[in-house]
Amino acid sequence: MSILIDRNTRLLIQGITGEEGSFHAERCLKYGTKLVAGVTPGKGGTKVLNGVPVFDTVDRAVRETEANASLIFVPAPCAADAILEASDAGIGVVICITEGIPILDMVKVHRHIAGTGIRLIGPNCPGVISPGQCLAGIMSGDIHLPGNVGVVSRSGTLTYETVAQLTQLGIGQSTCVGIGGDPLPGSTFVDMLKLFDRDTDTKAVVLIGEIGGSLEQDAAAYIKAGFKKPVVAYLAGGTAPSGRRMGHAGAIISGASGRAQDKAAALSAAGVAVSPSPATIGETMKKVLDGLQ
Amino acid sequence: MKVHEYQAKALMAQFGIPTPHGEVAATPAEAAAITGRLGGRSVLKAQVYAGGRGKAGGIKVANSPKEAESLARQLLGTRLVTHQTTPEGLPVQKLLVEQTIDIHDQAYLSIVVDSSARMPVIMASAAGGIEIEEVASKSPEKILKVHVDPATGFQTYLGQKLAYGMGMDKESARATAALIGNLYRLFEAKDCSLAEINPLAVTNSGKILAVDAKLNFDDNALFRHKDIEALHDTAQEDPREVQAEAWGVKNYVKVDGSIGCMVNGAGLAMAVMDLITLSGGRPANFLDIGTANNPDRVVNSFKIFLSDPDVKAILVNIFGGIARVDVITRGIVEAHKQMKVNVPAVIRLAGTNVEEGKRILKESNLKYIEASDFRDAAVKAVRAARGG
Repeated sequence: MSILIDRNTRLLIQGITGEEGSFHAERCLKYGTKLVAGVTPGKGGTKVLNGVPVFDTVDRAVRETEANASLIFVPAPCAADAILEASDAGIGVVICITEGIPILDMVKVHRHIAGTGIRLIGPNCPGVISPGQCLAGIMSGDIHLPGNVGVVSRSGTLTYETVAQLTQLGIGQSTCVGIGGDPLPGSTFVDMLKLFDRDTDTKAVVLIGEIGGSLEQDAAAYIKAGFKKPVVAYLAGGTAPSGRRMGHAGAIISGASGRAQDKAAALSAAGVAVSPSPATIGETMKKVLDGLQ
Repeated sequence: MKVHEYQAKALMAQFGIPTPHGEVAATPAEAAAITGRLGGRSVLKAQVYAGGRGKAGGIKVANSPKEAESLARQLLGTRLVTHQTTPEGLPVQKLLVEQTIDIHDQAYLSIVVDSSARMPVIMASAAGGIEIEEVASKSPEKILKVHVDPATGFQTYLGQKLAYGMGMDKESARATAALIGNLYRLFEAKDCSLAEINPLAVTNSGKILAVDAKLNFDDNALFRHKDIEALHDTAQEDPREVQAEAWGVKNYVKVDGSIGCMVNGAGLAMAVMDLITLSGGRPANFLDIGTANNPDRVVNSFKIFLSDPDVKAILVNIFGGIARVDVITRGIVEAHKQMKVNVPAVIRLAGTNVEEGKRILKESNLKYIEASDFRDAAVKAVRAARGG
């Protein structure tokens, strides 16, 4: 099992004929993902990657291919529109890789999709992988190993480091989700913990947070209130200066809020094993799992 | 992106928000002339990208054009250090010279996006003039909040709720409610990340005025606001960061240590800074090389490190994903061809095309310190920076 995507997921890629979109479409396909369609307005009727049909609209693609998940590579000025198009076409899981979407565009997106039941991941994220089943993202499939640890992170490459540590210790992953580095992510840590809670194949969770906002504190409160599976966490940016945006739009300490130390303290108080170093996340998870047996 | 107070006020005025009369002075003579035009009395306000100017001596009252000239001479060309700046402070190149205001009451007003509610929130408080963080921690009940539903947009009653909620009389409340609506329209039209008026003054004659104004803009939305982008004053930024930006290295933040780090990915870049600190050293910067497969950006990152006298060692940590390790190593080799790399470089490579990347480095005969993982890289970089 897994969350969000699995071997039955029928993936559609919005922006499949662009440079990024076509590069990653090929990698997803090679990983074994059921890539059923691509969408680029004006290129409907063509085929890419030896037979993946391209449609002008998501609506048409869904009607003809029964796609149920979408991966978005559309440039930032049009990306909010692409998310809304996917949502209105009835796609259940929408994963937006695009970085740099204006926050007020995302405010409108959130208002529109609230209550529709669609699950938005990102934007500004590496996507999702359920190892051995489905890759809907930009991570390297080969560092992953199928297994029982869920990974949820605001970062991309730091997640690769974490997964590499887990895989090296023989600890496989159920699903790895990058929720993205924007201040208004489609899904939060709490949203993903809820899904991992219901997933019988996820035995434990790694949570990778960073400075800025309060998603980690929200996760701590949720875990404290009754999330039973063990959680290992790392918080990036303990040495970041205050008031400066560290790459991600959401990674900024303002005044006394958003500091890594406070997030670590909140998670520790909720019973989470917080790894003090990014190099010991795998080891910390191993200890936790050994303790379970 | 930040702008100066005088630019924020000009934008507010365009949206119908009353601001004090004033003009910008770049010389003492201009300050004197403006003060004359304002009736012989003025407030001189240093234009820097930081708050806390009053306490730091960046705001002065002049009682004559002559005094304005002498105060302007003291302020212009200096660097103002406030509790929000680095110890070096920020250069004062312009002064906003304004009419003095007889303030009867002062309120606080701001708009930001509330990330929990996922919509804009307008905050108001009758306790204006002081730092709002102080009000928020001591008496949070004094801060009123209303959210603006993006489906309906701003509605008149929201402004009234805040204005009357602050206990204003009918006349002030009417004017303030209208002003709040105008500020919201500005916030939305220009993609602000912060719009703040503190203090919002009620004058002795009952007028409402934005006495201090601050606007920050969403960097991600600047593509549709070229007019705003053009306001950017690079003199207010760290010169190394300005240079980095000009060289196409956008995600660079200078900090105070000795190890220059080049990493792909923002989270990983922060984690590498943490690791360096845990290993007993200090990073010289945050630098996310990004995902564009561009060797020039690597070369330019090395240029930044080598032009920074604080940098005693370089740490390169690349975990290839979209970014390909071979492209990065080609950049490293090219950097060594173009310039003399006179500090030790520790390199750790993993991920997409790592074998090809390592081969390129090996065949180039570069001198560098190889690291097996990022902890190893941090330890070796700390040692190298100490000259070991």
